[in-house]
Amino acid sequence: MESPDALIVVEHLSRYYGPTAAVRDLSFQVRRGEVLGFLGPNGAGKSTTMQMITGNLAPSGGRVTVGGADMLDEPVAAKARLGYLPEQPPVYKELTVDEYLRFCARLNRIPRARAGEAVARAKERCGLADMGRRLIGNLSKGYQQRVGIAQAIIHQPDVVILDEPTVGLDPIQIREIRDLIRELGRDHSVILSTHILPEVQSVCNRVLIINRGEKVFDDSIEALTRRMQTSALVVVLRRPPAVAELEELPGVSAVETLGEGRFRLHHDPERSPAEDLVRAACAGDWGLVELTPERLSLEDVFVNLTCVEPAGEAA
Amino acid sequence: MVWVIAARELRSLFLSPLAWSVLAVVEAILAYLFLGQVDLYLTLQPRLAAMPGAPGVTEVIVVPLLGNAAVVLLLVIPLLTMRLIAEERRNQTLPLLFSAPVTMAQIVLGKYLGILGFLGVMLGLIALMPLSLLVGGSLDWGLMASGFLALALLLAAFASAGLYMSALTRQPTVAAVSGFGLLLLLWIIDWGGRGQEEGSPLLAYLSILRHYESLLEGVFKSSDVIYYLLFILTFLVLSVRRLDADRLPH
Repeated sequence: MESPDALIVVEHLSRYYGPTAAVRDLSFQVRRGEVLGFLGPNGAGKSTTMQMITGNLAPSGGRVTVGGADMLDEPVAAKARLGYLPEQPPVYKELTVDEYLRFCARLNRIPRARAGEAVARAKERCGLADMGRRLIGNLSKGYQQRVGIAQAIIHQPDVVILDEPTVGLDPIQIREIRDLIRELGRDHSVILSTHILPEVQSVCNRVLIINRGEKVFDDSIEALTRRMQTSALVVVLRRPPAVAELEELPGVSAVETLGEGRFRLHHDPERSPAEDLVRAACAGDWGLVELTPERLSLEDVFVNLTCVEPAGEAA
Repeated sequence: MVWVIAARELRSLFLSPLAWSVLAVVEAILAYLFLGQVDLYLTLQPRLAAMPGAPGVTEVIVVPLLGNAAVVLLLVIPLLTMRLIAEERRNQTLPLLFSAPVTMAQIVLGKYLGILGFLGVMLGLIALMPLSLLVGGSLDWGLMASGFLALALLLAAFASAGLYMSALTRQPTVAAVSGFGLLLLLWIIDWGGRGQEEGSPLLAYLSILRHYESLLEGVFKSSDVIYYLLFILTFLVLSVRRLDADRLPH
């Protein structure tokens, strides 16, 4: 099950705060070249999991391996391979950007001679080239966030873990940071936690959704997209026929009347009745004005996966 | 790694107005006391000259100066050590150190050496005062060395206790107050047995002041030095354990 190029292996990870379980029996892997989108509602245990992967919290049970080094047995080796941006960028406000990044470079065992080069590269990648001499405390939230990201990638770690990296950025910066994450994903592993669902669709190639500390979805972005396609058509007819006639169309399993000539046709996922419907509408002069395949948004899928119980009660 | 953390710590200290004002205040107060002591020596000089085996410049001026310096620094050092860990915890910058490839011991040692560097500067500035006496006389180098060794050890001990107090909390002011309380308690702990002829030997041993005084008078006992080294080691180990406990399940 453990694939050879898995850079992060999380096995049966649990963390309890007193009797409450923040994370329960969580297992997953991230391979090289993968960007994993880590989703979940507030309080689902995303940050706790990330803190455990980065060695900031000791797990109550389970194992984390980063690039083959166990976080509990060889923390220094494991930590050398990862870069971490916590929710709050860990910056020293009294230092300038250059001073701070140089400190981070040295902290991550980059030799003194190569530290300047590493700082320049990280600044360039994060769009901080002109900010080197500014005090971090005087920078805007967005720039502080960038300094935080620069700090996480300065030693070119195998694994980059970003906890909500685009919070507080303006739309242009968000796009730049997403490009950066995509670029990082090419030769590193990236775990990205976020609340912004479109972000997942645009940068991640795998999605992990947790709810109340448990995994509810872990698959490729394609599988998530498939889940978003449902098996329903919404049609609007100016001169609707009897409902029975619609039900007789091949493939249609149920018809919902929405009023004012609006119908929702549920059908086999394998077989869309759209073609037959159009033919029948022409023949019967039903006055077809609208035909939309219904598609769940990522939000809907997310809500379905994470709010199973409330939805069940409502139904 | 330790040096990288220490250098950062020292740099941040000097970037804050706190360090500069502490240096200035300590220097001003000690200079005042020093001048008072010099004045006293000048009035006593005719009588001292007539006495055989009279105390010299070093004993009259330097020893009381260092004795007072200890009290002043007892008040001041908790203010310097309070931010070491508490402020990082409050600003949520600790994850940077925790997720870097360094051990807890290296983090604690780095921070400790950073503050020691600052205290070294302070000690150097204090030493300039007695050294200025060389312009018009000579000093008892043995006594000077013993006195400054005593002050250095005392400051190092204060700093380790302050570091531990800073590791306990996320509020720098709480760290300062509790650090000050702890140091003061250790200072006066032997007062408990004062009523009796023989005070409790345990309390007397624990008192920071007792060990300081004997070194200050030029009596070099390795047990005093070992007391300080043990004191420092204890608080550094406690700090490491406290930081480790941050990560453990509660």
